[in-house]
Amino acid sequence: MIAIENITKTYRMGAVEVQALRGVSLKIERGEVVSIMGPSGSGKSTLMNVLGCLDQSTTGRYLLDGVAVDSMTDDQLAEVRNRKIGFVFQSFNLLRRLTARRNVELPMLYAGVENGRRRRAAEALEAVGLGDRMDHRPTELSGGQQQRVAIARALINNPAILLADEPTGNLDSRSGEEIMQLLLNLNHEHGITLVFVTHDPKIAQHTQRIIQVRDGLVEEGLA
Amino acid sequence: MNLTQGILSALEGVTANKLRSSLTMLGIVIGVAAVISLVSIGRGAQASVTAQIEQNGTNLIYVRPGSTQQGGVASASGSAGTLTQDDADALLSVAGVAAVAPELEGRGQVSYLGSNVNTRAIGVTPDYLTVRNMSLADGEFISEANVNARSSIVVLGSGVADDLFGGTAGAVGQKVRINSQPYTVVGVLASKGSTGLGSVDDQVLVPLSTAQARLIGGNRYRGASVLSSINVQAANSDEMDSVIEQLTLVLRERHDTIEGSDDFTVSNQQDLLATITEVTNTLTLFLGGIAAISLLVGGIGIMNIMLVSVTERTREIGIRKAIGARKRDILFQFLVESAVLSLVGGAIGNLVGWLISLAMGQVQFGSTSIKPTVDIDAVVLAVGFSLVVGLFFGIYPAMRAANLAPVEALRYE
Ligand SMILES: Nc1ncnc2c1ncn2[C@@H]1O[C@H](COP(=O)(O)OP(=O)(O)OP(=O)(O)O)[C@@H](O)[C@H]1O
Ligand SMILES: [Mg+2]
Repeated sequence: MIAIENITKTYRMGAVEVQALRGVSLKIERGEVVSIMGPSGSGKSTLMNVLGCLDQSTTGRYLLDGVAVDSMTDDQLAEVRNRKIGFVFQSFNLLRRLTARRNVELPMLYAGVENGRRRRAAEALEAVGLGDRMDHRPTELSGGQQQRVAIARALINNPAILLADEPTGNLDSRSGEEIMQLLLNLNHEHGITLVFVTHDPKIAQHTQRIIQVRDGLVEEGLA
Repeated sequence: MNLTQGILSALEGVTANKLRSSLTMLGIVIGVAAVISLVSIGRGAQASVTAQIEQNGTNLIYVRPGSTQQGGVASASGSAGTLTQDDADALLSVAGVAAVAPELEGRGQVSYLGSNVNTRAIGVTPDYLTVRNMSLADGEFISEANVNARSSIVVLGSGVADDLFGGTAGAVGQKVRINSQPYTVVGVLASKGSTGLGSVDDQVLVPLSTAQARLIGGNRYRGASVLSSINVQAANSDEMDSVIEQLTLVLRERHDTIEGSDDFTVSNQQDLLATITEVTNTLTLFLGGIAAISLLVGGIGIMNIMLVSVTERTREIGIRKAIGARKRDILFQFLVESAVLSLVGGAIGNLVGWLISLAMGQVQFGSTSIKPTVDIDAVVLAVGFSLVVGLFFGIYPAMRAANLAPVEALRYE
């Protein structure tokens, strides 16, 4: 499903170069659940952004479903983000002006879905347990509820992969636990590939595979 | 994203910050309203001046002393007294001339029972009434007998009658004094409104011979009393040019002048009209230009707001891109937003401009009122221009938004 080879990412700030990734190779198979751990500043988010096609690597190869992502145009990348990948952020990243339902509808708009958007958005919100909060705006929802909306949005175009960068980072432990349960269920019930970043070893233990990132390099190891 | 969805989400963007959107639109509203109202006032002024000139009579040719300036405008008329009654008589025999009405113009202090009016006094012949396309409100006009007898009679313009008698009725038969000489009022002219060049309502008419002998006097030229101008009416509007040519030849012969050194000027309504149309067109263009500048300022306002909005909504753009928005989706969204702002602003501006025009139509400038005309082309121009302005100034911010890298936009706080 995902195969990256010798990925590097260099940020340039004036004269100073920061190497956030220094040659990362990884393979993630369809249906896997993978957690990524590592100290702050080690390059986890950088890696997730590259995997999620939000950012492009400086060097290295990235094959997604056998397709080379490195050589894609901006618009092709947008389509990949739209259809193949669902991304869940630590800070939810919902549009504040829109209701929960409109937020969930957005990826369908960009996918050009003509019919049934309202219905499908409503179903997705029901599936994450927010059937009674559809017309609330993000500011009228709790953190856990906002993250559920974000998950419904990430899933609405039936992506094969769900990437989550510290999805529970802004939540208390109870709603964090609920969100993790929701994500793991998605894997169990629909076989969606799940990759997430976490700082919590207890959460990481739920996963089949743990990838440690240190100083821009990965070390695989079972927890 | 399809068109409808794009427009809907742009509307969401516009209505999300109502105060800011209205302030942005205000710039366009003012610009468009200014274009519409100023252009319509310019056009209205042109129409009313044209109408007034046409009112003076048809097929009218003016012969004035003095030489011609460019564009057919006579230099200070009456400055050189070279036209005489003999000239007027000679012109009557030119082929194609229907009537000739010589006049001698001066100023007169007209008084009646302690009321005073300082106005234009003109000595005329009976033909003056028809040649200048005038009619009487009361009484009768100056007759041939009056002219022959140098009668002390006067026909009042309606404005003068208003001032002295409080209306056109009741003046006939009364005695007034003009420059202290007694005159009997025999008639009152019907009102024509202003010409915009000095109202024909504010004048009094006396027999030409009376004016020459007593009231105005004036110089003599070759033994005859001078005239301040000769109005000639052509029999047929198709023959205007040839009549003018004939008149000019006859006068050159009589005055012994050659082309270029004439001591008289022959002009007609069309010349005057053309000159005035040229002037008012320039005026309209000038007013429109000033208005266009305010429209441009309004457009820069849109750009400013859109730039602020792009910066402020960087995170939104990042989120949209993260979930699959392409460049063109973002570009489209911001362009539609600025188009909506400028179109709605343009529509409101049209309405406001139209209301201003209506209001201006109610205002009296002295005895003149302008009927502003809002033409469809001005409306199309203003709205089209505001849309172009909106899109033009919207494109740069929209491009900036569309070209943001998703991850950078998301990092923006
Ligand atoms: N836009 C950027 N410009 C410059 N340097 C950056 C940029 N983004 C990240 N970095 C640097 O790259 C390195 C990796 O950052 P990254 O955000 O991937 O860390 P992380 O593992 O996600 O940390 P955390 O656990 O705190 O989220 C850090 O040293 C960071 O300073
Ligand atoms: Mg991070």
